[in-house]
Parts: sequence; structure tokens; C-alpha cells
Amino acid sequence: MIRLNCPVCGLRDETEFTYLGDATARRPKMDETDPKPWVDFVFFRDNPRGSHKEYWHHVLGCRQWLIVERDTVSHDISSSSLAKDVSA
Amino acid sequence: MARYSAFSIFKNALGGNRGWPRAWRDPVAKPQYDVIIVGGGGHGLATAYYLAKEHDIHNVAVIERGWLGGGNTGRNTTIVRSNYMLPGNTMFYERSMRLWENLSQDLNFNVMMSQRGQFHLGHSPAQMDGLRRRGNIMRAHGIDGELIDRAEVQRRLPYLDYSENARFPIVGALYQGRAGTARHDAVAWGYARAADRLGVDIIQQCEVLGYLWDNDRIVGVQTTKGDIRAPKVGLAVAGNTTVLAEKAGVRLPIETHALQAFVTEPIKPFIDNVVSFGAAHFYISQSDKGGLVLGGDLDGYNSYAQRGGLPIVNHTMAAAKSLVPAISRQRLLRHWAGAMDMTMDGSPIIAKLPVEGLYLNGGWCYGGFKATPAGGWCFAWTIAKDEPHKDNAEFTLSRFEQGYQIDEKAHGPQANLQ
Amino acid sequence: MSARRLPEGGRIDRSALLQLTFDGRSIEAYPGDTLASALLAADEAIIARSFKYHRPRGIVAAGVEEPNALVQLRSGARTEPNTRATTLEAYSGLNATGQNAWPSLKFDLQSVNRHLSPFFGAGFYYKTFMGPFKGTGFWMTCEKFIRKAAGMGKGDHSPDPDSYQTSNAFCDLLVIGAGPAGLAAALAAGENGDRILLIEQDHELGGSLLSNPVGGQSDTWLAEMRARLTALDNVKILTRTTVFGAYDSDVYGAVERLWDHVETVPPHQHRQIFWQIRAKRAVMATGAIERHLAFGHNDLPGVMLASGVRSYLNRYAVLAGRSIVVMTNNDSAYGAAIELAQAGASVTLADLRRTPPDGLSKRLDAAGGTVLAGHGVLCALGRKRVSGAQIAPLDERGQSCGAARKVDCDVIAVSGGWSPVLNLWSHRQKKPVFDESAWCFKPSADALPTLTPVGSAVAAGTLQNTIADGAKAGAVKGVMPDLASDNPDADHWVRDISPVWRITGANGKTTGKAFVDMQHDVAVSDIELAHREGYVSVEHLKRYTTTGMATDQGKLSNMPALARMAELLGSSIPEVGTTTFRPPFTPTTVGALAANDAGHHFAPTRRSALHDWHVENGAKIMQAGLWLRPWYYPDSGEDLDAAYRREASHVRDHVGMVDVSTLGKIQVQGPDVAEFLNRIYVNGWKTLQVGRIRYGLMLREDGIVLDDGATARLGEHEYFMTTTTANAAKVLALAEQLLQTEWRDLKVHVTSVTDQWAAMAVAGPNARDVLASAFETVDLSAEALPNNHFVKAIIDGIQCRIHRMSFSGELAYEVYAPAKFGYHLWAQIMAHGATYDIRPYGMESMGTLRIEKGHVAGPELDGRTTLHDIGLEGMASSKKPFVGSVLRNRPRLADKTRPTLVGLEIQGDTGAKSGSILYDMTGSTDNHGLGWVSSTTYSPALGKYIALGFLAEGRERHGQQVRVIDFLGTGTQTATVTSPHFFDPKGVRQNG
Repeated sequence: MIRLNCPVCGLRDETEFTYLGDATARRPKMDETDPKPWVDFVFFRDNPRGSHKEYWHHVLGCRQWLIVERDTVSHDISSSSLAKDVSA
Repeated sequence: MARYSAFSIFKNALGGNRGWPRAWRDPVAKPQYDVIIVGGGGHGLATAYYLAKEHDIHNVAVIERGWLGGGNTGRNTTIVRSNYMLPGNTMFYERSMRLWENLSQDLNFNVMMSQRGQFHLGHSPAQMDGLRRRGNIMRAHGIDGELIDRAEVQRRLPYLDYSENARFPIVGALYQGRAGTARHDAVAWGYARAADRLGVDIIQQCEVLGYLWDNDRIVGVQTTKGDIRAPKVGLAVAGNTTVLAEKAGVRLPIETHALQAFVTEPIKPFIDNVVSFGAAHFYISQSDKGGLVLGGDLDGYNSYAQRGGLPIVNHTMAAAKSLVPAISRQRLLRHWAGAMDMTMDGSPIIAKLPVEGLYLNGGWCYGGFKATPAGGWCFAWTIAKDEPHKDNAEFTLSRFEQGYQIDEKAHGPQANLQ
Repeated sequence: MSARRLPEGGRIDRSALLQLTFDGRSIEAYPGDTLASALLAADEAIIARSFKYHRPRGIVAAGVEEPNALVQLRSGARTEPNTRATTLEAYSGLNATGQNAWPSLKFDLQSVNRHLSPFFGAGFYYKTFMGPFKGTGFWMTCEKFIRKAAGMGKGDHSPDPDSYQTSNAFCDLLVIGAGPAGLAAALAAGENGDRILLIEQDHELGGSLLSNPVGGQSDTWLAEMRARLTALDNVKILTRTTVFGAYDSDVYGAVERLWDHVETVPPHQHRQIFWQIRAKRAVMATGAIERHLAFGHNDLPGVMLASGVRSYLNRYAVLAGRSIVVMTNNDSAYGAAIELAQAGASVTLADLRRTPPDGLSKRLDAAGGTVLAGHGVLCALGRKRVSGAQIAPLDERGQSCGAARKVDCDVIAVSGGWSPVLNLWSHRQKKPVFDESAWCFKPSADALPTLTPVGSAVAAGTLQNTIADGAKAGAVKGVMPDLASDNPDADHWVRDISPVWRITGANGKTTGKAFVDMQHDVAVSDIELAHREGYVSVEHLKRYTTTGMATDQGKLSNMPALARMAELLGSSIPEVGTTTFRPPFTPTTVGALAANDAGHHFAPTRRSALHDWHVENGAKIMQAGLWLRPWYYPDSGEDLDAAYRREASHVRDHVGMVDVSTLGKIQVQGPDVAEFLNRIYVNGWKTLQVGRIRYGLMLREDGIVLDDGATARLGEHEYFMTTTTANAAKVLALAEQLLQTEWRDLKVHVTSVTDQWAAMAVAGPNARDVLASAFETVDLSAEALPNNHFVKAIIDGIQCRIHRMSFSGELAYEVYAPAKFGYHLWAQIMAHGATYDIRPYGMESMGTLRIEKGHVAGPELDGRTTLHDIGLEGMASSKKPFVGSVLRNRPRLADKTRPTLVGLEIQGDTGAKSGSILYDMTGSTDNHGLGWVSSTTYSPALGKYIALGFLAEGRERHGQQVRVIDFLGTGTQTATVTSPHFFDPKGVRQNG
């Protein structure tokens, strides 16, 4: 059981969250028409063994999207912040 | 190399079992091979075996970081089935099934392939429609499948929950009689022994650190035991596929997730078949030893940890009890996890990669074990002929930019939802 | 008679006598006994039969490490196979039987297997049973017999009558284990004011002190510790509770066995509680387990761990034998030997070391025992229980170096040193370190800052150290009551261990089969065979021989197996390494882990605000995801077929009402909503005016159709979006994701209001009349409220909205009302509609109506279809980008030969089945065909069976015939391909 520190709700169980993955992937601008960057964004994500920046959604809480830095081997969490507060 | 048989067991028993030779050699790596397979799991060993057997390529090394069969091959719930419905995967899994059916004799190693039948349950009319489509595709391809209603499911599996208490009542099931289970470790060992017998070198405790390059072409690998050269390098390293591909500069549509498995204490025969719950990612069977083997869902986040979390333990046990209320009084003996390569459509990649000399067999998501024979067979073909066999022709890397996601579960590009 | 109950002593309550039954025989016990101690007191030697060879097996240990004494407990639906007799508290009425034996434990026919053991060596089954022919038939025939022979106890197929519950705990400090170290940690931290949870698997606090009372002083110490702990409000103590696993984020799983020590669970009580514990930090005071040694016939009933024999003596006042041979490679067994001698047994101690400890030897001598230095037991003698031991002088490797002699005895008590219980540590994927002096794996210091192992779990040297370390781990300033340590018995950790694991004859071989894993019948020879065959890694060894995989999970077998392997490899034990311990620490009831989340509670049940009305009015209910929805409302005698046909006709001919409350509803607010909608829907939204509604389609990022629904513009900055029932959560999450992570410049807020609104669709030629009657003040005329417009309305003071839109193809309205008034409103409309012959209709007929109209729903929007596939590519705006707008044009998705939505008129008088495959009229059918049938119905309006399906180049095939094949059932039918818009394709009725 991972426990995540939601900036709004505090330390909460992972069962309150859903996961999206790689938060370093940048969505292309809406007017981008080249499929390549879109394919990269949608299908090709970072999958590091170690520190990973990732999106979590506090669906059973404040419904905020979080950016969490977590180690994919130890599952230790080093930071979590609201996605909307993090500069792109 | 001694042949295994009832006779050889008898003969050796009389000799105090001192006559059994090594199942495979422990060779020193040669400097040069025709093909290097990275990864000594089921798929890697099968690939080496079929390279030698089907394509007469014997100068092959299988390089394994730890001990062979130590990854997902030895961690899965051992289910074998061929009930896939999309163009591009139906016949691949059926090829695998046909190889399974004669694998023990082929390898001269009893992999305990037991065709005890699999029930895929449906819990709503809509789900039954989906199962009917799947079953029809199977039957069209000569694969056995049978759609049965609730009464017939109850007749065959009387111990499931048919009471008012069931949250998702059983409406019917798609049954594949040829499906079943096999002994997972035996598959790795059987392929290892058979490949070894055909001249394949299996190098254990040897980690690949990087690649050897000739301009932009891969011509071998750097390992903890030195450089080993080969014009063709195949990756079969489930769980670590992206890590090794990255070293070659190849980005893959794969995330690594932890998938848990569970076994109870051994009891006398309790469940004869494989039963898959339709209302959650859960399936159950019983091993020959008597343990009830339970498969659960992904923990839901990227993980290389090979250990699972408590919420999925709770969820899986709840699914088990929801399906088989009597399991409640059995005891969980052990739970563990494997690192799954989850692709963005739930289907594998068996293909040449964009780097010359590099080939990939990976991205098996939940389903790598059943695919072991065909995965090895098709990967060997792809490496030997430099083009895919028709059964793995759609398992490309380019399918994502081409727009042909083989999305059996239709969940779209999000690994933890598949 | 050899084992017996002593007239006094022990921690049993002699004032009451319990009657138990084992294998049909009556056994007496006292409260405080375990089943094992009662069986031992009754001198029951054979408690079980082993897994493979069916060898007779007796009690080995007195705790969780017991490999042999497993019994079938209780009967019927409450039966529990493989129950460890050594941890099962005796209770009145306890009924257990032997297992894995036929016809009886004492005479088991399958024990013939032991004579076949040369054929049943490690991995023998991989080498045979393959059969003379291809295929799996021969193996599967053999397998039937193998499966019957395997499997230990029996499960019952009846549902578990008992209930379980989950409980959540939060604490500053979790103390696992209430032995001396754990008690000290808990008290120190407790008196420091921390919130403590102290957990003990036994029913009594005390740990090792219960079995090794340190000359009686420990009882005083224990009493004070217990008193001080129970006086603290901030200390919660759970006994009969096992912390079975350690997980990420300092979460621990534990199961409390509330009522396993009584015959039946009292009414309204849960049998067990699944605790999920979130601890700021934890102290692991889990103790250590004694190890066995490998020697000939070391599995014979009567061969026991020295610690077990000692525990039975001190805790249960059971002397396991009259004449006891103790064999040890360390000091710890001397305490047992001395106490046994003092209790009246004749004791011979064979010390594998050449130089036994002086003081302890003298004490044993004084108690009447004999010490044989540099001696060991070559093999146990006896057929079904120990009758003697073959003892020989040994060299420092444990190899016989002199004449052996027979010593009569009825118990051989063995100590191979101790292994710290580091399972929980290992669960956190930490690798233990090897302690050369204590010769064991133990947790490395400080590897986990929030999990501190103390006491025997880190091979602490003495009892004093154990208590001091425990207190320090609890709180820096903790001061504990003194437990006098001048008694050398208090040194309860190993001293001067000699690394001998295997006693062999002069030829270097064990004298007879020597087992490392008793339950799985893995002998030293199996490890040697595995090595010979190249299974040389520790994991291969484990898997090939199955050592450590039995229900005790290698608690005893791990080290002897590793030691033999290391010898064979010519390397050290730390080089060989150890396998990974996995949770649970001890086998844990599935029902407890499922807690109350199984069956009806497996998933939440969602009911619409109108649900009660449907039930009251006879609706048949169906599952739709988590929702319960009305399927159909049968008139008397009607089945599904008759009912849905009637309901569908009734809507087309008169008027009907259907509950659509389950639609996802999202309130979308803010100045940039139009831009937001423009981005997530494929069609344009900039021109939608207040008071109007627009149908929209959205794609996933990869260009596949995600969802459809209508959105109404309620005000300048306020919109009301609906989604399909199935995708409500997904669409909301996507909207939130895009707004919070990517489109942070848009001023838009989304809120789910699905549960806040009840919704009902009134459809049919009389729909306007019905609503006009119900909402008298609202002008619903075609001019005032054309299609795709809405109007606010009030009825009985309830503020509602009437959306004019149609899914059925009829003149139709959706009425939205606050959920709590939904029932009232529905009833009002039904009442007003009576004049116009309004009838409710359900999901099935709603499906019929939409199929007749060619509207797509779940079966068509199946997560793999494109806009073009469902014939709606025309909706996609070319003037703006939207989610999925680029990737939907990837070559294979844009391929015009993809199967596209068609209508199918099925010939003949039976319908097609959804999931049938479409083929050309001629040609082979051993392929994926041209497409498939997605939705089918009988169309009352058209008087024929119709279907929707996907067909390659479907639009070019209108008017052609195809085969519809259901290999699984109905066989081959013929269908004419049509437009999917079967009924009123111009939409005259809905726009009327």
C-alpha cells in the first residue's frame, strides 16, 4: 500500500487515487498536425527503473491531479504537488 | 545426454540416482555467436531452441542476468489458452496451443501441460455477446470453444456463487476445453535442456551492460563476463525491456507494472478447471500439488519491485470469495508479483527494431506464459529470416503510428487499465 | 507410554478439563494447552503423514514453524485443512482428524511410497509420464492420480458460514511481537506518550519467556510489564493476531483470530479481523526459530526441536519422553537438557562440538544428565516412532570418526542453532546480512529507518541485551524493570555455534534418509541430485526439489538446505544467498483477507432515484455496470420477448417513459466552456446558444471514439453535459486531467452532478400531451420548444428542466429534476399520462428503439471503433483541432475498407445473435470474416428481425446479402445489408 501526500487532503491511501503515469510527457499544442509528436505523447512514455515523475488523480478525494515523484523499485515517494501549480 | 523416460528413472533409481547428468551445461561464453538472445526466461530459451531446431542455427547464446526461468516464467499463474479474437492475434495463440499440446514429447521434458479446460464467465447479456463474438472467431479458426448458459455452468462448476448474494450473477460462460495449465518452471528447464542439447550455450549470471556497435548496427553485447559478438541480438527480457531497449536508443510503448499472484495451502482436488471471473481481473485454478492458484489485477502504477501491495491482496481475495465462497476457509500461503511489460494496446511486440541487428520479443502484458512456445517459435523465425511469420506479422512496433492497436480489451493506451 | 503430563507446573489451568477428539479418539486437555501439547500429553506419536512418501510424522516444534503436525480441523462447511496443531489452542469440543492418509494415520496404504523413494527423487515427474504418443492424454491420466495423492487436507465446497471484517489502525509505533524485546519497546514508547499498537500472535504476552521462564523470575517481570502496559490508555494490545506482511509506506497487514479458540463463533461476531495498520514506525521483535539438523531418519516421530521439547515441558507441563537424547551444535539446548533432566527424564546430550561449555556441562551433570562431547546422532532408530539413537563420535565436519553405539531413547531433541525471524524485513525487499558468529541471516542495521528489528530477530546475545535494545527502540529514555541475568539460562541466544548441519557416517553419507524439508519430503539426497543435474542456484534448488515451499514456507528447512548447497558448490552460505520470504508470514485465511468485500459487497451497487418505483411496479432488474436498471416491465404472463416488443410498440404508437438517470451528468462552468467543449468534442460548440442542446461525440487521445452525449447551454457560463452511463467517470477524469495539466489557461470548472439529477425520457406520439398535462404553464409546442431546445419548468414547486431530444426516434423529451424529487415527478408524470396511455419501458425496448433508428450505443462504441466506422465522420469539424483529431487519421484507422456500421435485415423467423460473424455468401469461413453483429432485436415497427453490425466496405454493400454465422449456436443465417437507419430515416417523427 502506497500512501500519497495529497497537498489538499494530506496523507491518503493509494486506493483513493487513480494513476496515469509519466508526467514528463508533454502534450503537443492543440494545433499540432504532425502525427509523430502525438504518437510519442500518447504511446511512448518514460519507464525508468528508479525515480519517476507521474500523474495521480485523487478521484475519491479532492479530484485534483497530482504530480508525484516516486521510485519505481522502492516505491518511496520524494515529492507530490498539484499538477495545476507546477509550471509546464 | 540421457533421455528422460520411465525406463531411465527405473535404471537410475537402481543406481542410487547417481547417474543423472546435468540438465544443461554451464559453458564459458564464446567470443562470437550467430545469434545472442538476451534473457533466459521461457521466451528466450524457446527462441534459442527453435532457432536451432527449425532454422538450423545452433551457434546461439542465451544470456541471463540471474538464473534461468527466474523472471515472469517462474512467477505466473501458468494458464494456457487460445481464445483471442482480433486479426493478428487469434492464430498466434492457437499456434502456441498446438505447440503446447506436444511440448513434453518435443522437449523430452514433462511440462505437465494439462488441458483441464477454462471457463470465461459472463455476468451480463452484453458480456455474453462479447463472449459469443470471441467464441465465434475461435470456432471459425478451428479453435475449440463452447458457449454455455448459467444452468450448464452451475452443473459443471457447482461450487461457484449462484446465490442472491452474488454481486455480479453468472449469466453464462465461454468454455475452451483445450485450455489449461502447465508447470511453469518445467517450461524454462525443458527448453533450456533441449536447447542445450542442440548446441545452444546458456550463460547464466551474466548481465548485459550495453551493446557493441559497428557504426549504427549492433554486433554484440557488452556483459559482466566480457564482450560477446553476434550479428543478431534478440531481447526477451520481460520487465526490463525498456531498460535494455533504451541502451540501444529505442523508445518503446511499454510501462512496467507489478502483477500479483497468490497460492493457497495445498488441498485435495477442489477445482478441476481454470475459471476466469468476468466481473474483475481474477482467475483461479488448482496446481497438481494442490494449491489454489489465484491471479489478480495490476497494482496500478509503474513498478519494477516484483512485490505487491495490500489493496490488491484484499481485492483478489474478495474476488476469489465472491466467485467461490468456499475458498473463504482456505489459507493464503504466499503472494508475490512479477514485473509486467504493459504495452499500450495489451498486445506484444515480436519484431525487428529500428536499430539494425536488434530484435525484440516483449510487451507480453499479462499473457506471456501461454505464448511461450509460439513467442519463441515466431521470434526465431523473425530473427532467422529477417521478416515476421504471418502469425506475428501484426506484432510490430510501428502499429502504434500505423493505427493498428491490437486492443483485445479495448481499453486504449493506458497500461494500468488493461 | 513415554510422553506424559507432569503432575504440576506449566501455564495451564488444571481447574478445568477439556474434551477434544483426534481421529475419533477422545483426548483430554486443559485450558492453556494447544492441540499439540494435548496430543503429546496423550502420547499420540503419529499426527500426520508426509506429502510424498506418506511417512509417519509426529510433532516437531511448539510454534508456527511446525512442519508436520497438520490436522484437518472441524467438519462440514467450517472444516479447515492443514491446521497447525502446535498453534491451535485447545477448546472444549475440538474435533480434528489426521489427513493425507488412508485408511488411517497409523496404517496408511500409500506409505508404500517410501519404498519407492528412489524412483520419486527430486523432479522425477519432469522425466516421465509423457507417454508413448503425442498429445497430453497420457500425462492427464497420470495427473488424475497424482492430484488425488497430493494436496494434504480436504476443503469443503460449502460457503463459509462465518463472517469477517476489516479494521483500520493508525499508530505512532507498531510493536510486532510481545516477547521480552517487544514488551520493552512497547512500554518504553508507551510511557513516552506515543500511540502504540502491540501485536502478539500467541494468546498470551511473553514470547520466549513463556517457554523459557529463566528460573521463574521472568513471571514476576512479565506480570509487571503487563500491568504497566495495560494501565496505559495509549497502548492497544492485540493478541491472537499475526502481522502477516510488511508493505510500502509502513503499512502492515495483520489478522486477528477472534474466535478460533472456541468451537463456534458466537452469534453476531466476526471470526477474524483483517487489520490494515498504518504505522509511523515499527519495532520488529519477532524472535528466532530453532533449526533442525540433517541425520538419518530425522523425520521419525519423536525427533523434535530442543526448543519444542522445552516449551512442552515448561509451558504445558508435558514431558515429551522418559529417555531423551539431545543433540546440539550450540549452547542453547543445554537449558532444555537441564530442565528435562530436572523434570525426571534421563538425558544424554550429544554435543557436536569437541569442547562443550564448562559451566553448562556441570549443571547438566548435576541434574543427572550426561554430556558426550564431539558426538552426534547418526540416525534415529525405530519404525513408527523413536526407540533409540545411533550415536557416534564425530569430527568437526560432522562425519563419524569412531564406533557408533545405540542409545535407547524415545525422544531426540535437536538444536541446529537459531534463525532470526526476518520475514517482515524481507517483505520490504531488503536483503539480510549473514552473521558469521551467530551463523545466521539477520536484518542489516538501519537499512529501513522506520522498521527497527530488535532482540533475537537481530541475534541479540543475551536476554539483558534483548530487553535493553527493545526499550531503546521504543524510546531513547526508556527504563525497564530488571530481569536478573546472573542465571546463565538467561543467555537464551546461541553461543559458540559450530557450523555443522549434517551428521554423516564415515563414508560421508547420511545413515538413512535425512530430511531438510519434512512436509515436502525433501531429503539431503534430493539436494545432491538437484546439484548433480545443474539446478545450482538457490531458486532452482527450491523449485526443483520444492524445499521451503510447503505450508511452513521453509521456516526450518531453509538453512540446512542452503548449507548443503554451499558445501556442494564449494562456497559459503552468504555466497549462495537466501530465497526471498514472501507474505504472509503464516498461512492466512482467505476469508479474512477478503474481509467484508466479497459477495454482495464486492462492488458498490448504484440505484437511480427512481429505482423504488421500478421495483414497486414489477420491473425485472438488470445489471448495467454498477447500476441496477429496469430491464422490462412484464404484464402478467409475459416473458422478456413479449414484454420488450409490446413496450417498443407502445412507445411508437402511444407514449412511454424510461429512466435515464444513470446517464453521466457533468456541470461545466466558466467563461471558456465553449472553447473547452470545442477541444474535447469532435464537433463545434462556439455557436451553441443559451437554451439549446447539442449532441456531441468525443474521441480518446488515440482517435478512437470514447463517448457521446448531449450538452445543454444553461446560461452564459454554464453548461450541462451528459455522457453515457458506462463512461461517466472516464469522461470526467479526462476533462479534469486536461484542465488541470494541459489547458490550465482555460477558465472552466467541471463537477459531477450525476447523482444530483434524476432523469426520465418521455417518448412517443403522445409525449407532448403528457407533459403539457403535467406542466400546465409551459408551452411545449413545436414552435416554442423545437428539437434540441430545453425549457425550465416547475411542478409541485419542483424546479425541473425539459430537454427536447430523442434517442428513440419519437417525439421525445428528457425531464430532469433534483434527485430527491425524482420519484415524485416520475409518479406525477405517470399519473398525468394515464389519460394518454403512458407505460414505462425498460432497457431492452430502449435498445430496440435505438437499433431501429441506427443509433450507436455500448456495443458499437466498443473502444475500437472510429468515427468513420460508426458512420459519423461527418460530425468531425475540419475547422478546429480536437482531442484525437490527429491520431484518428493514422493510416490503418483511416483505411476505408475497415468494417463500418450497417443495418442487417435477418431473413427467416428467428433473430441473429450478437457476436455472430459476417461472411460473403460464398467462400471460406475459416477467418475473421467481413465483420460482426453488434446489436440485434426484433423490430415491431418493421415486423422483422434486424441487427446492427460492422461490415467491411459496408456502405458499398447496401442491398447485398451476407451470411450471418453463429458457430456456437444458431448456425448460418442470411441477412440483407441496409442502412443502419431502419425506421423513419428522415426523422419526421422526432421533429414533429
